[in-house]
Amino acid sequence: MAEAPERHGWKWLLCAPALVVLVTAASGPLLIVVAYSFLTPGNMGGVVWEFTLEAWFRVFFRRDIFDPESITFNQAHLTVYWRSVWLSLQTTFICAVLGFPTAWFIATRPPSSRTLWLFLITIPFWTNLLIRTFAIQEVIRNNGTINTVLLQMGVINQPIQMMYTDFAILLGMAYVFMPLMVLPLYAAMDKLDFRLVEAGYDLYASRVQVLWHVILPLVKPGFIAGSILVFIPAIGAYVTPRVLGGGRTMMLGNLIALQFGQGRNWPLGAALAMLMLIIVVGALVFYLRWANREEARNV
Amino acid sequence: MFNRNFSVRRLPGFGAIAIFTFVILYLPIVILVVFSFNSGLSQARWEGFSLQWYEAAFNNRQVRDVSIRSLWLALVASGLATVLATLAALGTTRVSRFPGRTMIYALINQPLMVPEIVTGIALLIFVAAIKVQTGYTGMGYLIAAHTAFCIPFAYLPIRARLETMDITLESAAADLYASHWQAFRYITLPLLVPGIVAGFMLGFVISLDTVVITEFVKSAGQDTLPTYMLGQLRRTVTPEMNAIATLFLALSLCIVTAFFLITRKRGA
Repeated sequence: MAEAPERHGWKWLLCAPALVVLVTAASGPLLIVVAYSFLTPGNMGGVVWEFTLEAWFRVFFRRDIFDPESITFNQAHLTVYWRSVWLSLQTTFICAVLGFPTAWFIATRPPSSRTLWLFLITIPFWTNLLIRTFAIQEVIRNNGTINTVLLQMGVINQPIQMMYTDFAILLGMAYVFMPLMVLPLYAAMDKLDFRLVEAGYDLYASRVQVLWHVILPLVKPGFIAGSILVFIPAIGAYVTPRVLGGGRTMMLGNLIALQFGQGRNWPLGAALAMLMLIIVVGALVFYLRWANREEARNV
Repeated sequence: MFNRNFSVRRLPGFGAIAIFTFVILYLPIVILVVFSFNSGLSQARWEGFSLQWYEAAFNNRQVRDVSIRSLWLALVASGLATVLATLAALGTTRVSRFPGRTMIYALINQPLMVPEIVTGIALLIFVAAIKVQTGYTGMGYLIAAHTAFCIPFAYLPIRARLETMDITLESAAADLYASHWQAFRYITLPLLVPGIVAGFMLGFVISLDTVVITEFVKSAGQDTLPTYMLGQLRRTVTPEMNAIATLFLALSLCIVTAFFLITRKRGA
């Protein structure tokens, strides 16, 4: 405000303690990961300080054990990357399709009950992701709620195998990340000028036309924010695929963790973690550019 | 097409989909809670009301240990994070643009933008190196990791509060010859309390929820409630886990409700 800010030139020093903690326990270690991805794996985990590009090579390719000259794509890794990206996109899509009507529903409630509906969406957002994943597991496992009920009703003779499939991971991720889509969409709809919607109807637009040409363009920032907020934790998911996907259907997060456990290949794990960061940053840049271009076109 | 009940806010089918979404969101949690009171092992057949699984959870020494560790870790980490975030918020609001400000914002928000698994393995590597050098294997690593992770969450409500606060009161204090410290102590700080409390609560919930980072940073015997549960989910799960999860949910629900009420009062 009007207060002369330059007198407080020392004020940024107040940030110093927080920055020290953040650099030592969050940002700094990331740089070590970059360094480790160029080192040689030690026998019992850890690294040997010898520079090599082997870890990055093994992110995509594999050498034949008996014939080191023959190089093929590492199919196992490619399958995991593909599954991670595809499941994350599907999760984002499902969250958008269900989240849009939900956010609309909340935004069009009378102000008195709107707070309550908003609160109902916020609760899952702040409750433990592991507990919510556990809740899904109890519903879909072989002797879980769905299978037991269907068996008793005589609809099926033997339990449907849902756990440890891609479907289980997809269901779990859509379930745990849904509030991340609804909240930004709601924020965008809350600011929506309903006179524009009304104008659309006055000009004889159908509901579909109003939805497509008026409402969707106006709440697009909410869609973009929601998609980013869902896609990023989905691509980085570790707990949900570990619990619901088991050991067979891994995602990138589990592949990374594996290298620090049984895999005992820390450099490969570090390189895979960097790959994950590259995907996240790439997705962010793509979304933001696309958003800006659309905005430029609309103006 | 004249229709008296025509509403520009209505879109056909949206209400049904919304209700469907809410049901899907809550049904598994409700099932989880209900069957924590079941006397049998099933997650689908009701065999009578019983508190035996709660009794089992309370008598389980490991569950008690990990719960206590989780709670005090969350208290310490969110307490530290709140102090650091308050200082940082004071340092970044109402100041002119200074070089490096974007950098500071990026650093504060960095834990939000990087997937937890990446932070987790980064800390694993870092901690392993320090352990080799110093031999220290205490809770310090977990406290530092949780504090760093909670800072952005604590920072957000505190900064929001600072930005919406009435600056004229501070100017009045300065006009009445209050020193910088007095103005801060008697004007700014009391006004900032709701933001600080909200920040502390968010940090507390986040620390309680953190699984991945804890999983990779913890040394032997440092399980928290979430990592303990994650380990148990591999085995055959009994409703004892439902009971633990229900208690955990109840605690989160209390904190979130309190947070909601505090931040709402602020807006009113």
